[in-house]
Amino acid sequence: MQNVYSRPKGLTEAEFAYCAGCFHSVAHRMIAEVMEELDIIDRTIGVCPVGCAVFMYEYMACDMIEAAHGRAPAVATGVKRVLPDRIVFSYQGDGDLASIGTAEIVHAAARGENITVIFINNTTYGMTGGQMAPTTLIGQKSTTCPTGRDPKCAGYPLRVCELLATLEGPSYIERVAPTNPAGFNRTKRAIKKAFQNQLDDKGFSFVEILSNCPTQWKMSPIESLKWIEEQMTKTFPPGVFVDR
Amino acid sequence: MANKKLIKGNVAICYGALAAGCDAFFGYPITPQNEIPEKMSELMPQHGRVFLQAESEVAAINMVYGAAAAGKRAMTSSSSPGISLKMEGLSYIAACELPCVVVNVQRGGPGLGNTLPGQADYFQAVKGGGHGDYRLLTIAPWSVQECYEFMPLAFDLADRYRNPVMVLMDAIIGQMLEPVDLHGNFEIREYPKPWATNGAKGRARNVINSLWIDNTVMEDLNNRLQAKYEKARRHEVRFWNYQTADAELVLVAYGSTARICRTVVDLARDEGLPVGLLRLISLYPFPEREIEALARQGSRFLAVEMSAGQMVEDVRLAVNGISEVDFYGRTGGSVPTPIEILENVRNTLSGPRVASAQARREV
Repeated sequence: MQNVYSRPKGLTEAEFAYCAGCFHSVAHRMIAEVMEELDIIDRTIGVCPVGCAVFMYEYMACDMIEAAHGRAPAVATGVKRVLPDRIVFSYQGDGDLASIGTAEIVHAAARGENITVIFINNTTYGMTGGQMAPTTLIGQKSTTCPTGRDPKCAGYPLRVCELLATLEGPSYIERVAPTNPAGFNRTKRAIKKAFQNQLDDKGFSFVEILSNCPTQWKMSPIESLKWIEEQMTKTFPPGVFVDR
Repeated sequence: MANKKLIKGNVAICYGALAAGCDAFFGYPITPQNEIPEKMSELMPQHGRVFLQAESEVAAINMVYGAAAAGKRAMTSSSSPGISLKMEGLSYIAACELPCVVVNVQRGGPGLGNTLPGQADYFQAVKGGGHGDYRLLTIAPWSVQECYEFMPLAFDLADRYRNPVMVLMDAIIGQMLEPVDLHGNFEIREYPKPWATNGAKGRARNVINSLWIDNTVMEDLNNRLQAKYEKARRHEVRFWNYQTADAELVLVAYGSTARICRTVVDLARDEGLPVGLLRLISLYPFPEREIEALARQGSRFLAVEMSAGQMVEDVRLAVNGISEVDFYGRTGGSVPTPIEILENVRNTLSGPRVASAQARREV
């Protein structure tokens, strides 16, 4: 019998502790599959964020470093600069990457640092209980904007792909929405390309994954997919922003 | 004749780092330490090593974190306000038991302060500085020669204890020119780093992490750190005695202030005053036993610092009430002159002794 689906070698035996329906598990699995397909598990160093994915080091079969909040691109830079023949990726949520770590991601991108960055944008601080994120949509409710994000007080959501696309450093920037089979395939292809680019020495590659948070959004996983498609993509349109 | 070069302390730091086998330097401009990143930007690529100017002090220390996690000898340098920004990273590096070296060319503070000499980052250097129970092993050069020679020592201590090491300087030490013997005769020990996250080829994967949700595991890590610091307190105390054997008054100082105090001792001795100097080389671990021994011998103390009184607190803890501890300091970028200190020496020696000799014998 042909084995068509099994645990990728890029994952440890640990069971995901993420909430049911959460995209972190999906993104982790895709990265693990890509590492296996590219045969780079034993030369990859991953840098995980502070946030829900803080425990990513439990799940990935490669060497892992847990960074301070927002600092993963700087830590990844430190690793990559001293070990240029290794594959280094950071995995960061929106609070980590687009708020407290804005400087680190912008400058890693501007340097064209030859690393891979996977950005999970779910418009919320999931781990700390659903506070307003830099990517929270206008009008979207959170525990720190209980009547909905009001730009007069809280400003506007940050579009990271569009921001980074103004720089000359990045070689690849894409935003994907894995809310249906086509989006799923698109996401996997984007992650693989972002790692392949590093192997090809092309420089900074960045994939933003529009993600859900059924728990903090107070939706079923199915409803959360619909909300990404109908609401999030209006502010964060999927697409390739840089590919050179 | 020795191959001597007339260079600044900051430049000597760079040659010392190179001799120590420093693999990577990450830094950010701030006065009065700019000669370090400038010289490193020239030296490191010449020797096939990594130099990178980071976007911030925060990024620089986290790049050091990454390079150290990868098993390489990494360092950064800065000055007081910049060091404050590195404290988060240093707490993580200490918690992850990673080796690295941080140079602080102290300036006047607090706040933006000025670019003049200061020693008011003492607490930050020796008490931890960032959050949590950790310490930086801290050493303080007092000459340009020592700026060179303390870098191999700093990297060795960092690797041996798997702990960040701070080389605590000030604007005088960093900026002054002195002839330096760049002899390069250092025994550079290689430390195996089986814990490094450098790719899991042929071994189980490694994880560098400071998140321990289980309090008992977190406490175990803390206990391990404390055991390490206890070991350092036994083996890494460094100091230099100058004319303390018969000294009724011992000046306690480090860095450029100790250089000034050495002059004061000579001036005082010329007047027939029984004065000596205990020059601190390691600030953490602190030479507490040596100070206690001097107290028992009957000496009283005058701590001299370019601060409002920080190191003096550790002197008082070491003396533990069995002798008198006085303080003289200038701060905010002001440097004490030998004459000012000598005036204080005279006043101190003519002052009453509060702690009795009886108490010294009994404790």
